[in-house]
Amino acid sequence: MSENNNNEYVRKVAEQKYEFGFTTDVHTDIIPKGLNEDVVRLISQKKGEPEWLLDFRLKAFRHWQTMEMPKWPHLNLPEIDYQAISYYADPLAKKPKNKEIDPELEKTFDKLGIPLEERLALSGVAVDAIMDSVSVKTTFKKQLAEKGIIFCSIGEAVKEHPELVRQYLGTVVPYKDNFTAALNSAVFSDGSFVYIPKGVRCPMELSSYFRINAINTGQFERTLIIADDDSYVSYLEGCTAPMRDENQLHAAIVEIVVLANAEVKYSTVQNWYPGDENGKGGVLNLVTKRGDLRGVNSKLSWTQVETGSAITWKYPSCILRGDNSQAEFYSVAVTNNYQEADTGTKMIHLGKNTKSTIISKGISAGKSQNSYRGLVRVAPNADNARNYSSCDSLLLGSTCGAHTFPYMDVHNDSAIVEHEATTSKISEDQLFYCNQRGIPMEDAIGLIVNGYAKDVLNKLPMEFAVEAQKLLSVTLEGTVG
Amino acid sequence: MQSEQQYIDLYNEAQGMIKQHSYDVLNKVRDKAFEDFKAQGFPTKKTERYKYTDIPKLFAPDYGLNLQRLEIPVSPYQSFKCDVPNLSTSLYFVVNDQFYTKQLPKAQLPEGVVVDSLSNAIQTHSEVIANHYAKLADTSKDGLTAFNTMLAQDGVFIYVPKGVKIDRTIQIVNILRSDVDLMVNRRVLIVVEEGAEVSMLFCDDSADDRNFLATQVIEAYVADNAKLELNCLEETHLKNVRISNVYIEQQRNSRVSHNVITLHNGTTRNTLDLVFRGEGSECFCNGCVIADRHQHIDNNTIINHAVGNCVSNQLYKYVLDDHAVGAFAGLIYVAKDAQKTLSHEVNQNLCAASTAHMYTQPMLEIYADDVQCDHGSTVGQLNDAALFYMQQRGIDKREAQLLLEFAFVNEVIDKMELVPLRDRLHHLVEKRFRGELDKCSCCKLCH
Repeated sequence: MSENNNNEYVRKVAEQKYEFGFTTDVHTDIIPKGLNEDVVRLISQKKGEPEWLLDFRLKAFRHWQTMEMPKWPHLNLPEIDYQAISYYADPLAKKPKNKEIDPELEKTFDKLGIPLEERLALSGVAVDAIMDSVSVKTTFKKQLAEKGIIFCSIGEAVKEHPELVRQYLGTVVPYKDNFTAALNSAVFSDGSFVYIPKGVRCPMELSSYFRINAINTGQFERTLIIADDDSYVSYLEGCTAPMRDENQLHAAIVEIVVLANAEVKYSTVQNWYPGDENGKGGVLNLVTKRGDLRGVNSKLSWTQVETGSAITWKYPSCILRGDNSQAEFYSVAVTNNYQEADTGTKMIHLGKNTKSTIISKGISAGKSQNSYRGLVRVAPNADNARNYSSCDSLLLGSTCGAHTFPYMDVHNDSAIVEHEATTSKISEDQLFYCNQRGIPMEDAIGLIVNGYAKDVLNKLPMEFAVEAQKLLSVTLEGTVG
Repeated sequence: MQSEQQYIDLYNEAQGMIKQHSYDVLNKVRDKAFEDFKAQGFPTKKTERYKYTDIPKLFAPDYGLNLQRLEIPVSPYQSFKCDVPNLSTSLYFVVNDQFYTKQLPKAQLPEGVVVDSLSNAIQTHSEVIANHYAKLADTSKDGLTAFNTMLAQDGVFIYVPKGVKIDRTIQIVNILRSDVDLMVNRRVLIVVEEGAEVSMLFCDDSADDRNFLATQVIEAYVADNAKLELNCLEETHLKNVRISNVYIEQQRNSRVSHNVITLHNGTTRNTLDLVFRGEGSECFCNGCVIADRHQHIDNNTIINHAVGNCVSNQLYKYVLDDHAVGAFAGLIYVAKDAQKTLSHEVNQNLCAASTAHMYTQPMLEIYADDVQCDHGSTVGQLNDAALFYMQQRGIDKREAQLLLEFAFVNEVIDKMELVPLRDRLHHLVEKRFRGELDKCSCCKLCH
């Protein structure tokens, strides 16, 4: 695609503002609002879960009741009324006869660019499409199964592979971990489950697509990825939601277990509805994501492009437990209008000779607040740990804020930990240079911002990188001035 | 609230006595400080700014307090000689928390300059003191400042009138001297008027091997075009606890340099709150820490760019050995519309033992767009290649390590403006690294 066509496309997309803000008219079975033990039991019953899982949920729920929402993030988190949310919405409850999926749903995902028909899908990407609380369809399951790879919704995994789920669920993010993790553990609905067996290199990208559709509901998905010895998988995650005036809660957990010599790449392009230009509505994205690098020589890489959500509060983290394990975190977080983000990572070095890299790029515009918060901890036994962190912030406009809060706890003398951060606006020289060569202001900003975020965008898989670049241009639309 | 309770009870019982042995200006804010302290208590490790130091634990032991202001029978001018060679200073002493008023070297000060106890200065400068005392150090925002304000009975007052430039450094030696475990609450008020210039050196020493807890609040007001250099050098012993809160306010085109050097200590917590109120100002804040055994040092800074066109620079370096714990947290805050701010913050740390711990937390909070702010922080060891290179050239390993450690620390020391102090520090640092602690040749403190 030539540069011109590309810009044309970007402009078109920009004019539509939030493209994915439509709703789908499909019969959805929603349980009554409110949260109590009966609701937890009802969710468990609807999903036909075994006794042990119900116990897990109830324990989590009881613990959650004793907790309070922390106040420390640099966010104006609105008071959330947990009794005003419905915790389970099933758009598949009433499907037409002879059809696997309601055509309306199929249309929705087509519109989102996620074809559920395998023949139409991009070859090389298997999708688990999740709307509200249930998984609509998982594609390419058969082909994957031939290699022994399990890729399905977590609800299905509980039924078909209970031993695996039971062995790993809650071992990376225990239900006592934090407020939203406890809530999620009590009421979680579908998310993806991935198991890559020993020595298998997953032949295609696996991906989950999350969609909130029903009104007054929250999404509480739970994803569990297990990469057994010597395996490899690249996993993508995308998400959108309709435009609504009220905030919708999204409190998810992602757990990743990486065993010896295995490698996992986890990429997210987060495009939840960010609210309108006056800060009304939008998704509250409060997520706990964590990977446990249990095996020797294991690798985990988080890449995230955060453009959506009214509030983003998440720290995809890595526990480098195995000797010689390596972890990476690449993030671009863009906030515009009244969006707020407090995001970053935690790198906990426990094993010997572990290495971690953090590259974070924050871009704030409008009246938004964008914070990086990260922890690098080197435990006393983590000999020869190495960390490099770089956090840059770019400010577009004088009404936004960019903040950096890195924490470094070093308890080992052989560790080398480096952190650097800069905050500035787009250089006037660069803009002038572009203008002088006939590039209009808006395009020049787009160009410079894309260049600034390139370190991170380069880490995304092909399909996502293109998407993310466009998203960046769209999100920053109208910030010139 | 256990640690707090003993002090709340003490104040309830003894406030009459505290006030009787103090003065109006200080008493005026005392009750409010008490209320603020009661409301906040001591900051705990759950308070973000104090997460690396367990303050309630430090205050838990039973310390004696000299509330009746009994005079300590000591003549510091005869006993102590902690001078800096080649630097002739106007030397003053604060014994525990009492300004030593006998034999004041008055003649050495230009006219109008005041270096005296608050109690004496109230008679001549009551208005200046009333306008500034406990104004910057907000008792409602910090439990420790409230605590100090509640118990401080006297303090040091330094006043430099308009346009006066003092060549000679004002040196104030804080001496801790007691036969029982003692808590002291020191207070310093510095007012530098328009266009005035002053450099100061505070030295902390302990004379007796007792448990001391010293809290200190320094408030410094630097007016338009004025210049203040504030150096704090700490050489105390392992049983000593020092909690220092420094507040500095800078007006237009002023210049401040604030250096904290911790050569030897027990537990130290240094807080610096610096705020730019006028454009065109700059500040240089440097810190140098050498710690081993079970020393604990926590430096916490907030540089508040409330207005634009100001420059701040921070450089803090730590060398930690044995079981030492070091912490540095520095926040650069750039307010909305504080455009054209330049801010630079570096924290570098050497861990020489696997049991030493370092916490570092450089932070940026920025609400204006036309700024250049950066921070960097590293924790590491001496460069193996450099060590090898030196050994290859016949320098033995220990010596090579020392040379590299000097070089590491000297970067901070060389930023200090007083050349004789710099030389003195080079010397002290070398001795410190060689393990010859506290042994200066002429001073009685060291024997």
